[in-house]
Amino acid sequence: MKAARILSPILVVLMALGLWEALVRLWQVPAFVLPAPSAIWRALLEDYASLLVSAWMTLRISITAFVLAVAGGVSLAVLFSQSRAVEMALFPLAVILQVTPIVAIAPLIVIWAGIDNPNRALLLMAWIAAFFPVLSNMTLGLRAADHGLLDLYRLYGASRWQVLTQIRLPSALPYLLSAMKISGGLSLIGAVVAEFVAGSGASMGLAWRIMESGNRLQIAKMFAALLLLSLLGIAIFFCLSALESLLLRRWHESRLEQGS
Amino acid sequence: MLTIENLGKVFPGGTAALAGVSMQMAQGEIVSLLGPSGCGKSTLLRIAAGLIAPSSGRVEWTPPLEKGGIGVVFQDPTLMPWANSRRNVETPLRIAGVGARERHARAMEMLTLVGLENFSEAYPRTLSGGMKMRVSIARALVTRPPVLLLDEPFAALDEITRQQLNDDLLEICGKARLSVLFVTHSAAEAVYLSERILMMRARPGAIVNEIRINAPARRAEGFRHSPQFAAYCGQISTALRAAAA
Repeated sequence: MKAARILSPILVVLMALGLWEALVRLWQVPAFVLPAPSAIWRALLEDYASLLVSAWMTLRISITAFVLAVAGGVSLAVLFSQSRAVEMALFPLAVILQVTPIVAIAPLIVIWAGIDNPNRALLLMAWIAAFFPVLSNMTLGLRAADHGLLDLYRLYGASRWQVLTQIRLPSALPYLLSAMKISGGLSLIGAVVAEFVAGSGASMGLAWRIMESGNRLQIAKMFAALLLLSLLGIAIFFCLSALESLLLRRWHESRLEQGS
Repeated sequence: MLTIENLGKVFPGGTAALAGVSMQMAQGEIVSLLGPSGCGKSTLLRIAAGLIAPSSGRVEWTPPLEKGGIGVVFQDPTLMPWANSRRNVETPLRIAGVGARERHARAMEMLTLVGLENFSEAYPRTLSGGMKMRVSIARALVTRPPVLLLDEPFAALDEITRQQLNDDLLEICGKARLSVLFVTHSAAEAVYLSERILMMRARPGAIVNEIRINAPARRAEGFRHSPQFAAYCGQISTALRAAAA
C-alpha cells in the first residue's frame, strides 16, 4: 500500500515523459516551442554549474525570507494575543500589506530598498509574500486555546507568561506548522516574482535564468530552470511536512492514523 | 466552610442566571446541586470557585481560599493533548513553582490513587473517556485541596464507568475528608453521592428544595439497589417535576 503510494505517481510521471518525448519526435515540434525531455536533460547537464548557482541564490533568499516571516509573524501574533488594542491598531495594516498584489508594489520596493542592494529588495518582497499566513494563523491559534484550560490556569493563579508558554503557544503549534507549509511555498514564489520584477542582471537567481533563456529562445534551458524551481518547492514542502509530523505525531488528532 | 448569601448573577445582555441563592456547606460535607439544564447550577459552581464574579450577594470561604486550595473538575476532562497523563496532573504544581522531583512524585501518587499508575506516560488521545476523567480528578487533587468542586464530570460517560467513578470518588473523598460540591442533572447520582441535595429550578436559577440523604457516608454494597435508594430517587423526581411546573 505504501509502495503503491510512492510508485504510482512516479509511474504516471514516467509515462507522461515518454509520451511527451514520442510526440515531440513524431510531430517534429521545433525546439524553441517545446523541447523534448531528453533535450531538457541535456541542457541541465550542460549548464548545471550556472543553474545550481542560481538555484542556490533563489533558495537562500527564500529561506531567509521564510525564517524572517515566521519570526516576525509569531512575534507579532504573540503581541496581538497580549493586547487587543495593539491587534486592532496593527492587524488592518497587515491585511493591506497582504491584499495589495506584490507585483504592484514591487517597483517601489526596488527603488526604496534595492537601488544599492538588489537582493535586499528580493528579500523584502519574498518576506511580504510569506509573512501574512504566519501572522494570521498564529493569531488564530493563540486565540483557539481551550477555554477550560484557561479557566484552570486562572483558578491556580497562573501568570500571563505561564498561560502564554504553557497553554497558548502549544495550542497554536498545529496552526503555525500548517501556516509554515503555506509560507514556505509563498516565500519561493515571492522570491521568483521579485526577481522577475527587479529584472536586473545584478541578481541572478533561477527567475533570471528563465528570462535570459526565454530571450535567447533557449527553451530547453528554460525548462531545466523550471524543473529546478519546482524541485526546490517540493523540497521545501517536504521538509516542512516532515517537521510537522515530527512535532505533532505524538498528540495531535491529525496524526491519529500514524499509530498511537 | 462555604457560605453563599442572597447571590444573584445577571449576564451581560440581561439574562438573569441566578437570583436570591443562599446555601451553606460544612467541612467534610458532600453537597449536590441538582437541576435541569440551564438552571444556573454550573454558574453557581463557577462563582463559588471564583472563576466568575457574582452580580450581587456574598460568597465567603472560611478559612479564606488560598491558591490551589480548591480542586475543580469540569464537564470535559480539559487535559492538555500535548502532555502525557503525568505532566497533566503536575500542571497545578508547575504553576505554583514546585520543583520537578516533588512534582513528579506527587503526580505519580495521585495517578496511583485514581488507578492509572501504569498510564503515566500515555497521551490523552490514547485514553478512554473514563480514564481521561480520572486524570482530571487526579489533577484536581494534586495540590491536596480541602475542597473539591465537580461540574457534571461524569455526564458524558457510560453508566458502568460512571458508577465505578462514583464509588471511587466516595472512597477518595472519605479518605481525605474533602468537602465536595457536586453539580449534576442525574437524580440517582446525586442520591448516591451526597449527604445533602439542593434542588434548583431555572429562569432565574434558584434553590427550591433541600433533601438530606440518611445513609452511611460509605455507601453499603448494594445501596444502589436498595428500596431506600429507590424511595429517595422517587421523592426527588417528584420534587423536580413540581419545581419545573
